[in-house]
Amino acid sequence: MTSAAPPVSPDAPQRLADIWVYLSATPLLGLTLTLLVYHGAFLVYRRTGFHPLANPVGIAVAVLATLLWATATPYATYFEGAQFVHFLLGPATVALAVPLVEQLPRLRRLAVPLLVSLVVGTLAATASAIGVAWALGASRATLASLAPKSVTSPVAMGIAEQIGGLPSLTAVLVVSTGVLGAASARFLFDALRVHDPVARGFALGTAAHGIGTARAFQVSEETGAFAGLAMGLSALFSAVALPLVAALLLRFVPA
Amino acid sequence: MIPALATLLVFQLLGETLVRLAGWPVPGPVAGLALLLLGLVLRPAWIEALRPTAQNLLQHLSLLFVPAGVGVMQHLQRLGDEAVAIGVALVVSTLVGLATTALTLVWLMKRHRAG
Repeated sequence: MTSAAPPVSPDAPQRLADIWVYLSATPLLGLTLTLLVYHGAFLVYRRTGFHPLANPVGIAVAVLATLLWATATPYATYFEGAQFVHFLLGPATVALAVPLVEQLPRLRRLAVPLLVSLVVGTLAATASAIGVAWALGASRATLASLAPKSVTSPVAMGIAEQIGGLPSLTAVLVVSTGVLGAASARFLFDALRVHDPVARGFALGTAAHGIGTARAFQVSEETGAFAGLAMGLSALFSAVALPLVAALLLRFVPA
Repeated sequence: MIPALATLLVFQLLGETLVRLAGWPVPGPVAGLALLLLGLVLRPAWIEALRPTAQNLLQHLSLLFVPAGVGVMQHLQRLGDEAVAIGVALVVSTLVGLATTALTLVWLMKRHRAG
């Protein structure tokens, strides 16, 4: 005759630990958590009436980074699952062609103003970043890492490497710029009395690249289209011109 | 959705190949974007077919930046003792970038209309 087994087996805590170790090593958890946390962040964003300060990228990144740190999970483990989400950035970039083609007639008319403001805006951002940081005593490597911060990550990191910056630092600066730009744009534009969605979108894409474009699409498709255009053009322009401009500016800084 | 996604991926592939062959310092997807734009101009019928999937992806663009963003936060300690200089430079230059781009564009568009 067997005695009744206890409802919760005494080795349950060990079993749970084992299950956790197993789960945390599979891509499933990283992927699921990314989607859940993002969805939660989006709900918060929506609850605040899509308030720019409640940026879902900022919130989701903060929550997930804290979770990883608190559970001492290596980023590589998390990324094994999250990479499926990250991968979609490729086709999403290509998908920008759809809203763009709808704006084509306007694009053609505005080609010169758009290109000029892209160049002016990018150069202003680069020069002010280097100038302010230099005035506050930043090292040359930091200045070089700051220079490409307005461009989308892969291009920015490539440029940083070319001009003597630290690509991983640049990546931090690029994401920070994106979230900062997306969060502050509305207030800045309202203060400057810039209401045209074309100008607001294009500026978001130029100064805050992909994360700015994401915010632009949440405002309206027209804003998003011009932001996406700016992001693409900015990548092209910066890849070619920024190394030259930054190298020029940095020549005045002792190594 | 699947044919639309496949189309986007095909153009991304074409873009990556082109960039690699030509050795351009441009991300593959951006080249793919340019190619698809050309394709949509030549074949407007594709626009309707691609629109739902494209809209879906772009509406959720924020989500797609999260994994990279998390990775980047791991490097926060690099900011170290230059944190103040970097922080101020970040805020100032981002606002400067937004403002100059927007104001320049508004001004040029006004001239364009008047001219």
